[in-house]
Amino acid sequence: MDDTSRRDALKVGGATLGAAAFARALAPLTEWEPTTSVDAFLQRHYKELDPAELGTILRRLEDETLEDYGASVSIEDVRPTPGVRFGYALNLSVCIGCRRCAEACHQENNHDRPSHQSYIRVLEIDKGSIDLEKGRTDYDHAVPRGDKFYMPVQCHQCDNAPCVKVCPVEATWKEADGIVVVDYNWCIGCRYCEAACPYHARRFNWEKPEIPAEEVNPDQAYLSNRVRPAGVMEKCTFCLHRTRKGKLPACLEACPTGARVFGNVLDPDSEIRWVLENKRVFVLKEDLGTRPRFFYYFDG
Amino acid sequence: MSPPPPTSLGAIVFLAACSTEFADPGREVGPAVADGAAYPTEVHTPTTLGVVDTPLVDVNGTPIGVACATCHGPDADSAWAARPGEPFHTGTELDHGDLACDACHDPADRGRLHLADGRSLELGDTMQLCAQCHGPKFTTWQNGAHGGMNGYWDTRRGPRLRNHCVDCHAPHAPQIAPVTPMPRAHDRGLHGEE
Ligand code: HEC
Ligand code: HEC
Ligand code: HEC
Ligand code: HEC
Repeated sequence: MDDTSRRDALKVGGATLGAAAFARALAPLTEWEPTTSVDAFLQRHYKELDPAELGTILRRLEDETLEDYGASVSIEDVRPTPGVRFGYALNLSVCIGCRRCAEACHQENNHDRPSHQSYIRVLEIDKGSIDLEKGRTDYDHAVPRGDKFYMPVQCHQCDNAPCVKVCPVEATWKEADGIVVVDYNWCIGCRYCEAACPYHARRFNWEKPEIPAEEVNPDQAYLSNRVRPAGVMEKCTFCLHRTRKGKLPACLEACPTGARVFGNVLDPDSEIRWVLENKRVFVLKEDLGTRPRFFYYFDG
Repeated sequence: MSPPPPTSLGAIVFLAACSTEFADPGREVGPAVADGAAYPTEVHTPTTLGVVDTPLVDVNGTPIGVACATCHGPDADSAWAARPGEPFHTGTELDHGDLACDACHDPADRGRLHLADGRSLELGDTMQLCAQCHGPKFTTWQNGAHGGMNGYWDTRRGPRLRNHCVDCHAPHAPQIAPVTPMPRAHDRGLHGEE
């Protein structure tokens, strides 16, 4: 399938989904249960909230976390920094497939403990191929194995994001620094975005997350790692609660091989710019026209 | 590692990554960060450098180290001063290309390293030693794309800590040892997973 026809197929797909999605969007109203508080249910879309309203919501969410998890947390609304557009690159020549990044994500982002959820999946792939669909995530032997390479996959924060387009209620959108976010209080859990993502990067919260109080990461943001309710979509936000304050993402800091490079692509002196300019970077499934902000490369 | 054929070319991807227009500007942005003095970037100093572990341990179970200078070099304690031919470091196994000991150690002063041009280095200057033979890798490290870091990507807002080569590569056997992977997620409905 060539570039245009595939893109057209995507558009057509989007259109048909739209109609069905509308019906689906109404369904949760009839199945509405008191697990959602009345306040949460009546809340307006994140983008329409004024600072006072948002403040009230953040305090309410903090109270709910204290009540449900016994953890006192701080939930902030961290906005993009002007002049910053994030980019992330990963050196496949040094990644050893140890899943330290996935583990760091699990802890940083307050994921459900029993399912050991994470926004990062590490694929083990035969050397000489780069077929995402043939990669295995279920390896348990010592790594790296000489005949394999390892490819961590997380949200690519696409500039032309299929997941954003299919959302029937605009609960997910792209922000000024390139990060695609989800308003967990607006999401209706229809999972169209999950199906639309060619990188399998979105997760559905099947259950209310279980996290022991002492393991809850208290540094939280509304659009990123606050504990998500059951029945909504979630995804990697490049740790915006850290990165919008200038810090490195948790997965990068945890990497024992230094395979990950993160930064502001608008800054000509940044490490990420050096990689983009000096390494032969590539993106996954480029023919889909998604324009990812996550890049891979091999040394040499 | 042999690279598979890349699926796209850097230049195109790069231009796309740096373009400032995007589909939905979303809500307005937060406060700007003032340009100013950058916080420092420090390189982690491995505490093992210049000290050799003994079989003795302290109350915490940490091996007691002895400084190289105790036995080597002009200031060596005469009671301990190493005499040629005396067997001592019996555990040293070298698996680093086909290098000889004296490619790195100064035969005239065992407490020091040296470069091919004869320049003498402290054990603490190990990175310069590595850089001599691994120039391209060192350049990559200097550009922040090898060896990783901790702290802030934006050094206007906080400091950064870089890893030293020997944090990850033992000088005598620099290849990375295999590790056991961390547990994976148990996702519903993905192949290769339950
Ligand atoms: C307790 C005393 C002692 C300490 C401490 C010590 N050495 Fe030695 N070292 C010796 C002796 C004894 C020899 C053998 C004498 C010789 O061959 O010169 C030796 C030999 C060596 C050699 C030559 C080995 C060979 O087979 O050619 C090197 C290199 C060396 N030491 C480096 C170091 C470094 C680096 C340190 C610190 C990290 C250190 N030593 C600490 C006692 C010591
Ligand atoms: C690639 C350079 C290189 C080569 C080749 C090399 N060494 Fe070393 N060696 C080092 C460095 C760097 C240290 C300091 C490491 C530390 O203190 O952690 C060191 C430390 C030592 C020490 C101190 C104890 C220890 O293990 O930390 C001994 C003894 C030693 N080397 C012996 C040898 C011998 C014997 C050979 C040859 C068989 C050799 N080295 C070859 C770089 C080298
Ligand atoms: C005198 C030159 C020299 C120095 C100094 C030196 N190396 Fe090497 N290194 C080599 C050679 C030669 C090889 C083997 C290259 C090959 O097999 O292609 C090598 C291989 C390596 C490898 C690849 C190992 C593998 O098998 O995967 C690493 C990593 C490495 N060196 C790290 C270091 C570090 C870290 C230092 C500093 C402590 C250092 N080297 C100092 C010459 C040197
Ligand atoms: C955070 C850990 C880390 C640090 C710090 C680090 N490296 Fe590496 N390095 C790696 C890993 C992982 C690989 C891939 C090795 C493998 O798979 O065998 C690697 C590979 C290498 C290789 C072999 C490259 C090849 O093509 O075979 C060299 C040489 C090397 N590093 C040198 C250095 C030097 C010099 C420094 C310091 C300036 C350094 N490294 C710092 C983790 C590190």
